[in-house]
Amino acid sequence: MLDSSFYAKTDEILSRYPAQERSLIPIIHEVQETYNYIPVELLPYIAKKIGITETKAYSVASFYERFSFEPKGKYIIRVCDGTACHVRQSVPVLERLRSELGLSDKKHTTDDMLFTVETVSCLGACGLAPAMMVNDEVHPAMTPDKAAQLVKELREEAAK
Amino acid sequence: MGVMKIDGYPVEFKDEPNVLSVIRKAGIDLPTLCYHSELSIYGACRLCNVEDDRGRIFASCSERPRDGMSIKTNTPRLVKYRRMIIELLLASHDRDCTSCVKSGDCDLQRLAHRLGVERVSYPAHKGHHPIDFSSPSIVRNPNKCILCGDCVRVCEGIQGVNAIDFSHRGTEAMVSPAFNKDIAKTDCVNCGQCRVVCPTGAISINTNIRPVWEALSDPNVKVIAQVAPAVRVAAGQAFGGERGENVMGKIVAALHRLGFDEVYDTTFGADMTILEESKEFLEIFEKGGPFPLFTSCCPAWVAFCEKRWPEFVPNISTSYSPLQMLGSVAREYFKDPAKNEGKKILSVAVMPCTAKKAEILREDLKRDGIQNVDYVITTEEMITMIKRAGIQFDRLESEAADMPFGMGSGGGVIFGNSGGVMEAALRTLCEGPERSAIEELRHSGVRGPGPLREFVFHYKGHEIKAAVVSGLAEANALLTRIKNGESFYHFVEVMACRRGCIMGGGQPVHAGVRTKEARKQGLYVSDVNTQIKKSNENPTALAIYDTLIKGREHELLHSHRK
Repeated sequence: MLDSSFYAKTDEILSRYPAQERSLIPIIHEVQETYNYIPVELLPYIAKKIGITETKAYSVASFYERFSFEPKGKYIIRVCDGTACHVRQSVPVLERLRSELGLSDKKHTTDDMLFTVETVSCLGACGLAPAMMVNDEVHPAMTPDKAAQLVKELREEAAK
Repeated sequence: MGVMKIDGYPVEFKDEPNVLSVIRKAGIDLPTLCYHSELSIYGACRLCNVEDDRGRIFASCSERPRDGMSIKTNTPRLVKYRRMIIELLLASHDRDCTSCVKSGDCDLQRLAHRLGVERVSYPAHKGHHPIDFSSPSIVRNPNKCILCGDCVRVCEGIQGVNAIDFSHRGTEAMVSPAFNKDIAKTDCVNCGQCRVVCPTGAISINTNIRPVWEALSDPNVKVIAQVAPAVRVAAGQAFGGERGENVMGKIVAALHRLGFDEVYDTTFGADMTILEESKEFLEIFEKGGPFPLFTSCCPAWVAFCEKRWPEFVPNISTSYSPLQMLGSVAREYFKDPAKNEGKKILSVAVMPCTAKKAEILREDLKRDGIQNVDYVITTEEMITMIKRAGIQFDRLESEAADMPFGMGSGGGVIFGNSGGVMEAALRTLCEGPERSAIEELRHSGVRGPGPLREFVFHYKGHEIKAAVVSGLAEANALLTRIKNGESFYHFVEVMACRRGCIMGGGQPVHAGVRTKEARKQGLYVSDVNTQIKKSNENPTALAIYDTLIKGREHELLHSHRK
């Protein structure tokens, strides 16, 4: 069970959109921005409010890679694996991050909820390849060592 | 209007919605996996691709016919493409065909064979999704799903339920409930229409054959069966019979040979439902409400109402469905040691319906915690049992159903058609010379095509406003209008499946337009051939009222649904 603050916040988001099927994506976008993920209980709640079935809402939400039903870490690291980044060695960066953090292609988030590592198809920063993002910040020309160093810095920052 | 050329031959078209329909009208059976005339057009399977005179290839299901069009349906390119489509589908399909329930009846298998797919050039990419056995009615095996979307469209478009939909995408795409939860935990109403349209074994009937076989071979168990009206006009075709032919006599014979001790006719139960429901209706009608009264025979409808329209649940008749009526009085009847011969009674119902498998488990229909019927097997399962036992159905001599529950009226037998329950109920209210009154009712609008029919019936100088609806999406729209005060009725019959039980979720599939019509006419003809037309004149039912039931109607014949 989610506590009532989640529903209050969702109501506030819902109030800004017409109660229609087409409001679904912007609403769950905002929910995800608020919590870093979409709490599972909120999807049927939102669906009911805008007059669609939970199944339909899930069909849409699960289609987009961007939406997640699992809580994410404080730092969401998105490693670009677009063509340009891929040929400039993004995979070793990704692998290093995963080994540093004990993650894999199945496990994306560390148990302490600090880090989430994902890949994205293109960040649109091909000139900076290989690029990655930590939350809203772009990190250009990555190497495995730079990635490991960054993880260390973020850990220290979080510990403060 | 216009003329188009198909493979060089001119073909006239009128109001066909798409090129595919014109091609099929011209006698060419173009393969499809995702096209159903009653569902929205999806264009996913691409098997209906045709080539025009400029070499352009397009899906004929989603192209309007145009005057002067010239297309080819069977060029080497098309043949190659179709074969490749099937190969790709097979590569990602769980291909344990020999032990699949759908084997022999599978569209994918049939098309692979027909289109000459002799090998699959791609490595098998088989998913290992768990199989969902949570529903008493259907089994969902995502490993056999080819993503044609037929089930999704029937569930959402025709039934308005949307318990399943596409989820995820690309190689991860599948058809599932939200969060891939168990189908039993969704709004699924067990109608089984998804399995009717499923071309493969991805959605199948949750079968109860095994415990029935066990009971049949147990000398300490007396196994009784009842057979629903719609079963008799759908089973014959599986044994080479005519479409829509009433084969009740042979069914009774076959069930006797399988070892059923008694074979009854659910038509008898239907008459009892009418006796109770028409009493209930008259009471409400004389009291002046609350209106409308909804029929209660269809368990998928009752489940839908409970899940989506709880405010209308008190308007549903409390009378048992025919299955429950017969199940309940048979239980009572066999309490007599002279009747049960010291044996345990196992009560089986042969139904056109998957939702009945869920209905028998409902708490409000049990008496002292005991189900009125132990197992429901669908028409399909009955056919399987008969075939498995090697019984030559077509060579059987017809037998009459067993007494005292083997006789039903014409009103009872038409229950399997949309409009049948309403017609049977109103027949009991017919006044004046019987034949002409019944004939007049028949033409009142209770029969006819289309999922919704509204009409007025005159009773003792009053008007009874009635509606007959089939297909839950249509029912949903009707309920919305009733709620908004846009429509008013005294009495409403709802059946979850379009056309009623004859097209139920447990019936043999691949029924085209002609089969649907033949099943419907099959029941109406059976009515014509029955001496007793009105349920309230069935002497055997009346006799049971005077003996077994006497004064215990509410205990024995009504749901204690809240």
